[in-house]
Amino acid sequence: MTDAHTPVTEEPNRRDFLYLATGAFAAIGAANIVWPLIDQMNPDASVKALSSIEVDLSAIESGQSITVTWRGKPVFIRRRTQAEVGDAREVSFADLPDPESDADRVVKDEWLIMVGICTHLGCVPLGQAGDFNGWFCPCHGSHYDTSGRIRKGPAPKNLEIPPYDFVGDTRIKIG
Amino acid sequence: MKNLTLKTLAASAVLVAGLLSPAHAAGDAKHPEAMDWSFNGPTGTFDRNALRRGFQVYKEVCASCHGLSQVSFRNLSQDGGPEFSEAEVKAIAAEYTVEDGPDSYGDMFERPALPKDRFVEPYPNENAGRAANGGAYPPDLSLITKARSGGADYIHALLTGYSEAPEGVEMRPGLYYNPYMPGGKIAMPSPLLEDIIEYGDGTPATIEQMSSDVVQFLTWAAEPELEARKRTGIMVLIYLTIFAGLMYFSMRKIWADQH
Amino acid sequence: MSGESTYNPSNGVSKWLDSRLPILRLAHDSFVDYPTPKNLNYWWTFGGILSFCLVTQIITGIILAMHYTPHVDFAFNSVEHIMRDVNYGWMLRYIHANGASMFFIAVYIHMFRGMYYGSYKAPREVLWILGVIIYILMMAAAFMGYVLPWGQMSLWGATVITNLFGAIPLVGENIAIWLWGGFSVDNPTLNRFFSLHYLIPFLIAGVVVLHIWALHVPGNNNPVGISVKGKQDTVPFHPYYTVKDGFALTLFLILFSYFIFFAPNVLGHADNYIPANPLVTPAHIVPEWYLLPFYAILRAVPDKLGGVVLMFGAIFVMFLLPWLDTSKVRSARYRPLFRQFYVLFILDCLLLGYLGAQPAEGVYIVLARVGTVYYFAHFLLILPILGLVEKPKEVPESISESVLPAAPQAAE
Repeated sequence: MTDAHTPVTEEPNRRDFLYLATGAFAAIGAANIVWPLIDQMNPDASVKALSSIEVDLSAIESGQSITVTWRGKPVFIRRRTQAEVGDAREVSFADLPDPESDADRVVKDEWLIMVGICTHLGCVPLGQAGDFNGWFCPCHGSHYDTSGRIRKGPAPKNLEIPPYDFVGDTRIKIG
Repeated sequence: MKNLTLKTLAASAVLVAGLLSPAHAAGDAKHPEAMDWSFNGPTGTFDRNALRRGFQVYKEVCASCHGLSQVSFRNLSQDGGPEFSEAEVKAIAAEYTVEDGPDSYGDMFERPALPKDRFVEPYPNENAGRAANGGAYPPDLSLITKARSGGADYIHALLTGYSEAPEGVEMRPGLYYNPYMPGGKIAMPSPLLEDIIEYGDGTPATIEQMSSDVVQFLTWAAEPELEARKRTGIMVLIYLTIFAGLMYFSMRKIWADQH
Repeated sequence: MSGESTYNPSNGVSKWLDSRLPILRLAHDSFVDYPTPKNLNYWWTFGGILSFCLVTQIITGIILAMHYTPHVDFAFNSVEHIMRDVNYGWMLRYIHANGASMFFIAVYIHMFRGMYYGSYKAPREVLWILGVIIYILMMAAAFMGYVLPWGQMSLWGATVITNLFGAIPLVGENIAIWLWGGFSVDNPTLNRFFSLHYLIPFLIAGVVVLHIWALHVPGNNNPVGISVKGKQDTVPFHPYYTVKDGFALTLFLILFSYFIFFAPNVLGHADNYIPANPLVTPAHIVPEWYLLPFYAILRAVPDKLGGVVLMFGAIFVMFLLPWLDTSKVRSARYRPLFRQFYVLFILDCLLLGYLGAQPAEGVYIVLARVGTVYYFAHFLLILPILGLVEKPKEVPESISESVLPAAPQAAE
């Protein structure tokens, strides 16, 4: 921004301003019409209405799991045994590629609720399998522990915990 | 072959005749009075209280025969509608029972309706509806104000327009005289009676009141986007008017050297 | 494309591209520096408006197809799903539905402009014929599109129109069955109409390219109807006509928006909000407004085959227009007699349109017959004879002369 070589700019006259205003106005209009064209592909009202589900847990015994579908994805709900909780609590952070304490991954110690999709490339892992007696993904051999944390294999992250709340003693609302 | 051609000819003749004559029949229906609805005009909006009362009329009077299949309970809480709270909608939905399933044993089961569910149909299918109503199927009401020419005015006139059949008009049992109905005969008996319901907000339940409330509700059910549409339209027209002005003056400037 | 290309690539990249695929040169010569008669009035802005309509219909149509289900059990509900649940779905559908009407308003103005100023005459016969092809494709697309919501008018409109083919001697019945894919309009019909409704707009776009090509070879006609004599008669398309078309398009959009946002259903029919029912015919079947004149001609004839022949004849006679009009003068400005018959012809088309919406009985059918006879007389008798007997007014020497001295304002 040296002034020495800056040519003397002509004072913007009314004509330039008019064209500028017209162009700017056209751009605003275009932007406003483009948004509906994009937004129509987002989840619609009927899809959003299904985005939370309530699950009754009362029938699940200790050591049992169920799989429910939430937003088109499998959600593992496992009522863990005392031993499994103990295993999960004993692990030191140094052994975890994605360090996270078991207490941060559950609302109630007994209930482990997570999205059943391997964080590597999206396969569904098998339960109570693998080197850590947690989950094992057969696609590329990722091993998860009893807290759903990645311990061995190519997956970069722990199994995802969906947003959920207990709406009763044995009833949860996912999403 | 010849026979077939003849048949097509006859069929299309009937068809063509069919399209023409009833326009005549429709001609003798009384013209509905134009009402001053709050949702009329470019800035029209629904009256929330009327929508809520109208919902009550639908629920307690119409719903026993007429479905509202395109509307979900969740719609009752969306913007531009009756705007019930989500808790209220949950409670409204829970009054209905829907079939769901199959459960893990493969059986269908019943559960209270949730906001995501559609309004529950009064009959399992059309034939059941016909059987229960002397052969006339009560039409679904979710689009009724768009599906009748005359729209809201017509439905309102129909609901309030029942009268004694004039001299010389012969009524079969099961048909009722209504001058607004094309042909004058309708299979639905006058559905609204003075104080047939008790409004939650204490409004006197006159026939006129219930009719205009339920018509307002049905207009919303048919056009839940109405308020958003008109609001957007005003903005679009303002924008286009200003833009047209800018374009006009730009054009004048550009063409100035040609004159 | 008259004259040399004036495109001058300004940088390395555009030079590189220009020597391999001169697409920027084509665009420049067609839409920037294209020499356009300087006296075009607002009736000439509808070409641009029509391009806009086509693009709008294609974009909103592709989007609607993302949410629509072409099956008799789901079509009606999927349209309601669009109206109620899809984000901005109501707006997109109302744009598409009213867009069809807007498209036809614009195309009728465009066609009547061509008829008034003799834009179909040599050397623009091919341009006109391509236009008529576009118009026929538009009617096919609009008709099939109206079937897709699968309301009562969809089903019964489709039934009436496909039954027309049953009038063809010997094979009519088989053709109707072939069109339906069954023995009445049903799911196979809906499926194929959806497929074709998606296809035809792209065919239209292709013919539009040819239409513009055929326009740019002889160049635009203009309100005085005489050919461009030199540079003094023309201005570059950009910015002169881009801004004029843009202004006219904005005004057109105001009308369009009024329908979309404040009267989205007045151009449609209430019965189409009733799900299709093959057992009940609606009281009064009418096609969309833009097809009404042809519908009136169809019904004016007491014989089924005759009605069908005349209806299609009414469209196909337009192909012959360049040769039926024997006058050497293009613009109606200099044809006092033709001008009066032109007005009569417009009134006749409006009358037929009105009659198409009335029941075909009594005085209506008499009027429809008179209107039909006049429609064909206009093309087959009046135009050929008029060119021979009419004495045209004096035509100016050049476009510049017509613009400069008398009329200071080009826009009229």
